[in-house]
Amino acid sequence: MAQLFRPSANSLAKIAIGGALILVCSTIGIAYVIDRGPWITDVGVAPVQPIYFSHKHHVKDDGIDCRYCHSSVENSSSAGIPPTETCMSCHSQIWNNATVTEPIRQSWATGKSIEWTKVHDLPDYVYFNHSIHIAKGVGCSTCHGQINEMPWVYKVNTLYMNWCINCHRNPGAYLRPKSEVFNMDYQMPANQASLGAQLVKENHVQSLTDCATCHR
Amino acid sequence: MNEITVFPILQEQQQQQEESTRQPVDIGALREKLAAGRGPAFWRTLDEAAETPELTEYVEQEFPGLSGQIPEGVDRRSLLKVMAASLAMAGAAACTKQPKELIVPYVRQPENVIPGLPLFYATATTTNGYARGLLVESHLNRPTKVEGNPDHPASLGSTTIYEQASTLSLYDPDRSQTVMKEGRISNISEFTGALSSEAQSIAGRKGEGLAILTGATTSPTLMAQMNAILAQWPAAKWYVHEPGVNPAVKSAANKIAGKNAFIAYDFSKADVVVSLESDFLNSGPAALVYARQFAAKRGIDKGQEPVRLYAIESSPSVSGSLADHHLAVKSSAIPAIAYQLAAKCGVSAPAAGADVPWVAAVAADLQKHKGSSIVIPGEFQPESVHLAAYAINAALGNVGTTVKLLEGVEPEGTHSLEDLANDLNGGHVETLLILAGNPVYAAPATLNFEGAIKKARMVVRLGQYFDETSRWSHWHVPEAHYLETWSDARAFDGTATIMQPLIEPLYAGKSVHEILTILLAKPDNSSHDIVKANWQAGYKGGDFDAMWKTSLHNGTVDGTAAAVIAAGPAVALPALGTSEANFEIVFRPDPTVGDGSWANNGWLQELPKPQTKVTWENTVYVSTRDAEAQKLSEGDVVKITVNGKSVTGPVFVVPGHAAGSATIFLGYGRTNSGHVGTGIGYNAYAIQDGATPYVAVGAMVKTGDKVKLANTQEMQTMADRAPVRAAEWTEFKEHPNFPTAEEPSVPKELTLYPNQWTYEGYKWGMSIDLNICTGCSACAIACQAENNIAVVGKDQVTRGRHMHWIRIDRYYSGNLDTPEIYNQPVPCMHCENAPCEVVCPVAATVHSQEGLNQMVYNRCVGTRYCSNNCPYKVRRFNFYLYSDWQTESMWGMRNPDVSVRSRGVMEKCSYCVQRIQEAKINTEKQGRRIRDGEILTACQQVCPTQAISFGDLNDPNAKVTKQQALQRNYGLLDDLNTRPRTTYLGYVKNSNEALRGQRG
Amino acid sequence: MANQLELEDKIIPDPGEKANIAPGFDYASVTEKITGVVYLPFKKSPKKWLVGIFTAFCFVNLLMFCIWTLFIRGTGIWGINIPIGWGFAIINFVWWIGIGHAGTLISAVLFLLKQDWRTAINRFSEAMTLFAVACAGMYPILHLGRPWLFYWLLPYPNSMWLWPQPRSPLEWDVFAVSTYGTVSIVFWYVGLIPDLATMRDTAPDLWMRKIYGLASLGWRGSAIHWHRYQKIYLILAGIATPLVLSVHTIVSFDFAVSVLPGWHTTIFPPYFVAGAIYSGFAMVLTLIIPLRAWYNMRDVLTLRHIDSACKLMLGTGLIVAYGYGLEAFFAWYSGDKYESFMYWNRVTGPYWWSYVLLIMCNILIPQALWSKKVRHNIIAVWFISIVVNIGMWFERFVIVVTSLHRDFVPSSWGMYTPTKWDWGTYAGTIGFFMMLIFLFVRLLPAISIFEERETLHHEAKHAAHAVQEHA
Repeated sequence: MAQLFRPSANSLAKIAIGGALILVCSTIGIAYVIDRGPWITDVGVAPVQPIYFSHKHHVKDDGIDCRYCHSSVENSSSAGIPPTETCMSCHSQIWNNATVTEPIRQSWATGKSIEWTKVHDLPDYVYFNHSIHIAKGVGCSTCHGQINEMPWVYKVNTLYMNWCINCHRNPGAYLRPKSEVFNMDYQMPANQASLGAQLVKENHVQSLTDCATCHR
Repeated sequence: MNEITVFPILQEQQQQQEESTRQPVDIGALREKLAAGRGPAFWRTLDEAAETPELTEYVEQEFPGLSGQIPEGVDRRSLLKVMAASLAMAGAAACTKQPKELIVPYVRQPENVIPGLPLFYATATTTNGYARGLLVESHLNRPTKVEGNPDHPASLGSTTIYEQASTLSLYDPDRSQTVMKEGRISNISEFTGALSSEAQSIAGRKGEGLAILTGATTSPTLMAQMNAILAQWPAAKWYVHEPGVNPAVKSAANKIAGKNAFIAYDFSKADVVVSLESDFLNSGPAALVYARQFAAKRGIDKGQEPVRLYAIESSPSVSGSLADHHLAVKSSAIPAIAYQLAAKCGVSAPAAGADVPWVAAVAADLQKHKGSSIVIPGEFQPESVHLAAYAINAALGNVGTTVKLLEGVEPEGTHSLEDLANDLNGGHVETLLILAGNPVYAAPATLNFEGAIKKARMVVRLGQYFDETSRWSHWHVPEAHYLETWSDARAFDGTATIMQPLIEPLYAGKSVHEILTILLAKPDNSSHDIVKANWQAGYKGGDFDAMWKTSLHNGTVDGTAAAVIAAGPAVALPALGTSEANFEIVFRPDPTVGDGSWANNGWLQELPKPQTKVTWENTVYVSTRDAEAQKLSEGDVVKITVNGKSVTGPVFVVPGHAAGSATIFLGYGRTNSGHVGTGIGYNAYAIQDGATPYVAVGAMVKTGDKVKLANTQEMQTMADRAPVRAAEWTEFKEHPNFPTAEEPSVPKELTLYPNQWTYEGYKWGMSIDLNICTGCSACAIACQAENNIAVVGKDQVTRGRHMHWIRIDRYYSGNLDTPEIYNQPVPCMHCENAPCEVVCPVAATVHSQEGLNQMVYNRCVGTRYCSNNCPYKVRRFNFYLYSDWQTESMWGMRNPDVSVRSRGVMEKCSYCVQRIQEAKINTEKQGRRIRDGEILTACQQVCPTQAISFGDLNDPNAKVTKQQALQRNYGLLDDLNTRPRTTYLGYVKNSNEALRGQRG
Repeated sequence: MANQLELEDKIIPDPGEKANIAPGFDYASVTEKITGVVYLPFKKSPKKWLVGIFTAFCFVNLLMFCIWTLFIRGTGIWGINIPIGWGFAIINFVWWIGIGHAGTLISAVLFLLKQDWRTAINRFSEAMTLFAVACAGMYPILHLGRPWLFYWLLPYPNSMWLWPQPRSPLEWDVFAVSTYGTVSIVFWYVGLIPDLATMRDTAPDLWMRKIYGLASLGWRGSAIHWHRYQKIYLILAGIATPLVLSVHTIVSFDFAVSVLPGWHTTIFPPYFVAGAIYSGFAMVLTLIIPLRAWYNMRDVLTLRHIDSACKLMLGTGLIVAYGYGLEAFFAWYSGDKYESFMYWNRVTGPYWWSYVLLIMCNILIPQALWSKKVRHNIIAVWFISIVVNIGMWFERFVIVVTSLHRDFVPSSWGMYTPTKWDWGTYAGTIGFFMMLIFLFVRLLPAISIFEERETLHHEAKHAAHAVQEHA
């Protein structure tokens, strides 16, 4: 009876087995990379906004405090997005006929809100509260990065649950003195370990990892 | 938390104006928006649209499709399919990108309005005309939750089920949204024109032929307007119709006082109470106050003897469930008993029938408590009973201590619906303004109002729904909800409240004031102007604006309480007619949907009726004896006949119901009530006789049909499990620990898993005092409103899938004729040894450091193992997509602090964890611990008797800690070593030795 | 030797309970006999086979439809509710898993016990095991409220830093069932290799040869191959044996670990395992009895096999009966009010009929197997085997439904009524199972060829011995 397979079939078979293994592993690997990469997490991706608004310019160059626009950050869950009124308080005087500020005047005239694209967007089943984080000494830049260096705002952290948990398990590693909360250029000191421990005690910071802390 | 602010509406209006100056209406765009169900909130779109009739018409047709939320049946299913499909996709694509979202800030941000922080406004709502003060929570100018106003004399911080459910009615997509003229879309300006010109001709006739029908009212502004109209047109007539109110109550009070009066009781001084078929703890303008006072007197833990309640009634009422002695007699037999009681208490009363031995003992007990007892007549009893009750109270020296005569606050000289029907039939009415109620539906059949109304030349109807009456009216005007408009009202004790709106009318609704002002030739006055002007006119003091502001802020107007007045000359008791029917039919408003005005409210429809736990329909209550005689069991359909007319409905055999009588309920069988309320139950009005509206001679015949009732509790007895533990007051004094006396205590170390929890910070717990729970079910609705709990519909309830996080179990014990009735609210027990926690494969329900049993919806995959393993069966599962994700108008209603659950996840009581977290964040910012009473769970806050207390068990001074330390404290199924955090206080009844053993 | 199947109507006599195989077979003919079924041209497939697979196929479509509806509309289409949170899905899951036990038992345990009669039926029952496990595996996923998230039950590194909950029996199931499935499939395939090689060499058609050739992984039947084969097969048998016990023990934990009266009991593991084997053998008989008739295999699937299977059923059946007895005993002896009520409610409550059926099918009727006459009456055996299958299904129904519907707090007692979707899904999985069986007998040797050859060899030896002793 004639041979069914040529001798090469053996090596083919071996290659096939090895190839299958490699394929599986690489698929998982690639999937992982994509899933954690900017395409999914939007980290480092700055969406196009209706107005070319530069935090860099307003915060760093003009030295406007975060709270001038995000006024409820200290007493509400939401930091607050400024109403057109706030923009007009300056831009009715300065740059009041520049094309870049045209949308503001539009909104002011028509009463139609400016529709910004959300950059830091949590799922609806996550209940985050800005005020308590501020009160406990978590700096703006700890989560939002150095906004004052961003002409267009983008996310510097995934805001994934593991990222939150990382701090909630060990807040000491990220806390800063309350005076420094709004300091955008704050750098962690070398003695963060001891400082953190001290701040945790002073500000009665707890490591809250109960689900109901964020999910209700 | 309770920061109170005034004048939300000014800001709202401001904003509205800006919004209405938006881009002109573009039909095409609107079409798309509606089709896609997105774009700006549609009511606003309708506002704009209302200008152009054809578009409005289009919207009218289109809208039901958009809002089509039927709790059962085809439409909902098809919606579910679509929704579920997209969900499934979302799930399948779990690891893909999050969709882009927009931030839409204000153009001009109203002051006080901070996204994320709710505001509370004081206002009031009215039941049968009387005010009940409220604090309404508002998120970004959307009212989301109603609480009682602690400073209001008729609320004391609690509410009934109706106030809680009113937010759902506000956002109900079935509300009428446009002015209708003879069934066609019209608009408000056209209507104003029409009514103004009608006013001309009325003026010509000096008001001849003008009839105005309102509901019962105490509104000073409304009365002022009516008086003005009657002054300018003396021939005009004012009629008042309130199906749930028995005129005898008022007429009796007026007779006694010799002037307009109201009889108020003070239970805080009562040691013995005799109820002549009165549901005083649950209905009537002062129910919440009475409940609070009565509960306080029932408190036994300070050693004082609790108040003793004798309930004489034909079918067990909510109040009756707390009775120490219960006498089941026909409703028609109560006058006789009242007279016998009167005679035995030294009142000269006409002889009335054979003695009931039971009465002698009661009389003796009353004699022992002169000055500290109350005999309270039933809301639906004839005048004779009310007169007798007052006479007894007078004879016992209760008047002045426990019984007070107050100046009446209701208008006088108004006419009844009967008069109106007669005038219509007599052709004396040309113009009829129906400014409240739904007389075509909610009127005794004998009046044949549907026939009568056609006699009028012009019928104007103001109503929130385009209902039975609207169908026969030439003009229908959408009515503004009480949260949408300005008005005022007075409490039973006279205290006035200025009702301020929390939101612009969603559907451009008008208030009664705004209709009447057209007749007064001031068509452009807004409710705000009218109400304010009226108060300004009547204000004697100095700075009006200051008074106006404080009144709005407090929710009450100082110095408006009614004076106590003296009784007039004694009134002789009229002789009784002998009405010994061998079978009688008792008519009562439905326990949940009332006289039918709440029929389209899904929360109230799905709320189990306190006595039967039946939802979504009205049943016929029959006694166990009649059931035996006619071989009736639950669900058997019977034919009820009252002088020739008859209806058919399913029976429910109620232990403790009087033999020879059946109780039927008004409020169902609606034909034009919207998607929810139409076509369910039977219409009791159809056989109601105007002459004897509350109890009539009739017959009951078994038809042979049987239906399945949507009943949430099949099992009536405790099956020797003793979930409720009761004792006599005398026993209790010897064994204060009676609930746990013979209970084997389980050693705490008996657990497979190590005790890993220390609960150093807070340690939340709840204590429920069964001794003062009336089973009124306000907690269930409050919970539903607070926690975005979905309505599932009759079909799903029948399948055992209702969603209430707190249920009120009702058990009977003792004999069938006069059983003891126990109510037991059952929320999640938050066990320290929770069986549900160990069996969840994905850790979606886990223990918290504070002892909360947390349910994480977004982690749940829906194995339902936790529910199987929960001995209390308090977990609820979303078998379908129960939450309404389509209807845009519902979005505004939801509590933004609680996730809206989707399909396939488990849910349950969370101890209102959102409130806990809010309090923790606020106190942490102030660097202090949470004080006792700073967190109120929704059920606790609403409870009229304050039977529920919640707090930190680590705080030795917290009320809950003290209650759980009491000896009559026990845990449900404690023997399973689940260590529930929710515990109960045993039930103690204080029965009369003379009647011991024979409760009947 | 002419292909026996061409003369289908000519009934081949059964050699009786002594013989593992009819006399007159030689190595070649037994090979031909078994492979013949596979080599048979499609047009010549027996009518019964065609009808059978078509019917099965229809039911598979029903299954697809039910699952589609389930995913679109939600678990609400089933009869489950609160308090009865588990219904048909879990009942069927346990039932199928139970059936899946015969295979491993026969191939592994009986192999280690050197039961020669297993050879004719082991391949087939292993296949049956795989298919049953496939059906069982579907249910735990289908019964989830959000089935698309089933992978959350698997421990994998995720951006939530969350792991499955190790204390939950459902989590143990994931591992128990998947392990069982994997081991069974490896075991089955290894056993197939020599036969695949045989078919590679004997198949009439070149493509068939190539396919079987690929599948046989270059088996040459050399001494060294056989040596390794024996080793690995022994090892796999060793691994598989504890699984027979472990899987259903863990499945029984789903109930035993809970607090519910009627679930929370220590007797469950042994009596679940026994029940599983019981139902497994019942299913084997239900299937091979018609097959041996259709494919005319009375000479290789002899009374001997049926007889032994019956005896095993009888034995395991008695263990199950003992389990029921103990439940009743504990209900009384524990003195626990919930436990005793539970049992009382089982016998006299609204679902009394299911308990009666269960006792009839699982205990009373099978007792007939004590009699040799019944064991040798093929029709009777077939009937009893079906009865036992039904009985074992009702056992799970009783455990799941009657325990849940009246537990602790009387106010929340309820009733359970399965819907058409429950029945549809159940029937669907049966169809799926049958279709796989039909395909299997058509595409692979349903009886282990080389082991049958061994059997012949042994019988010859025995014969020789016998002759010598005579002399």
